[in-house]
Amino acid sequence: MAAVEEVRDAMYKMVSGSAGQKKWKATDLHKACIELFGDDYNKRKEGKEAIKELVNSGKLVYTYFGGSFIEVPRVEGAAND
Amino acid sequence: MAVDKKYETPMLDQLETGPWPSFVKEIKAAGEENPMANDLIGLLEQSYTERLGHWKHGGIVGVMGYGGGVIGRYSDLPEKYPAVSHFHTIRVNQPAGWYYTADVLHKLCDIWDKHGSGLTNMHGSTGDMVLLGCTTPDLEPVFSELTELGFDLGGSGSDVRTPSCCCGQSRCEWACYDTMGLTHFITQKFQDELHRPAFPYKMKFKMSGCPNDCVASIARSDISIIGTWRDEIQINQEEVRNYSKNGVNIVKEIAVLCPGKCIDWDGNEIKIDDSSCRHCMHCINVMPKGLAPGKDRGAVVLMGAKAPIVEGALLSSVIIPFMKIEEPYDDMEFWEVIEEMWDVWCDNGKARERIGEFIQRVGLGNFLDEVGLEPVAEMVAHPRDNPYIFYEDYLEEEDEDE
Repeated sequence: MAAVEEVRDAMYKMVSGSAGQKKWKATDLHKACIELFGDDYNKRKEGKEAIKELVNSGKLVYTYFGGSFIEVPRVEGAAND
Repeated sequence: MAVDKKYETPMLDQLETGPWPSFVKEIKAAGEENPMANDLIGLLEQSYTERLGHWKHGGIVGVMGYGGGVIGRYSDLPEKYPAVSHFHTIRVNQPAGWYYTADVLHKLCDIWDKHGSGLTNMHGSTGDMVLLGCTTPDLEPVFSELTELGFDLGGSGSDVRTPSCCCGQSRCEWACYDTMGLTHFITQKFQDELHRPAFPYKMKFKMSGCPNDCVASIARSDISIIGTWRDEIQINQEEVRNYSKNGVNIVKEIAVLCPGKCIDWDGNEIKIDDSSCRHCMHCINVMPKGLAPGKDRGAVVLMGAKAPIVEGALLSSVIIPFMKIEEPYDDMEFWEVIEEMWDVWCDNGKARERIGEFIQRVGLGNFLDEVGLEPVAEMVAHPRDNPYIFYEDYLEEEDEDE
């Protein structure tokens, strides 16, 4: 079984490494982690927990642009002061 | 705090002239005291004049740790209407059956007068209490005060939306299960899915106590849990005779309209062939003292309804023809089926594809195969004359004959 910390770090790397180029949905992160960790990865356990930790710590945030995504926090272009 | 700034609103004024309740009147009343509501009037008039929306929808705003419950809105005219520069919507998880005390509603409105526009929408189409118009800095304080009052945010985005239900057994004798109890349970069980969007698109649960389906779950929810029974309709012949005596034409108003053609009335006694009953509730609705749902009650589970957004509207299809709904709810096998369906949808669904659209794309047969559910006749609207339904056992037998 993959450790939650390991999954969390891998997910953060995926999202932050492609910021501005790719928008990740939770399902995309799970698919990428299955490729990375194989049968050691359980999306309902360490997958869910890793996303929860990343969002609760503020390292990543949920966004909505026609659907929900997980992104690195940023200032939205349309946001007014 | 009185608001001095006034807008000319000739177009909006027309919406106050009809005999119906007017949202314009309510916004104007709120605008007397609240600058956000006042600027909303100005912006709305401009939108109506130009036939152009001035809102940007969605985005990044939310409360810490949550992926749903806040829908970001910014105006593209912040200099002209500064009070509605931020005008975020907050969805608050409503109590099951929409029961409140007046005291709680007062407190809720106090929070909203303090932090927002004072405008609410009771209730949104998913069922939530909707608080309209909040600035970004006020989101966390509102959330904090709402949780102190015992409320949580509802769903938005690609998550489980706030489950909702009819009033069920609290007020309705026809409710075949405790809709409010199950709704509360589902809300608690799927807290993670409600607050952390993990699906290709939204996922709605709606619980109706009987086939009258007062919350329209068959048309509006991805998972509809509709109360039903599997024994015979209960009959009180004396009361049925009373309806007849008092002017109900049982043949014309009930037997002829019965979709299963299973009702016979000889002028003295009603007979129902329950094996052909479609459970439409029509006869029970017309003679509520004479007929009632059976005693062996539970629910049918349907899947795949949606309103038209990306694609057209869909009604839901039967997935589980009957299941008992009894406490402890957590022991029901149903939850494993739900999670299996979510897995198949999440692994194969496209972005913004509802589960009903997904089932249509891959075919119900393939979907059931993946989920591990056995196909049954109740899943098909017209099983005897639909040439596209194949039964594998039948095909295998034919192969062996050849």
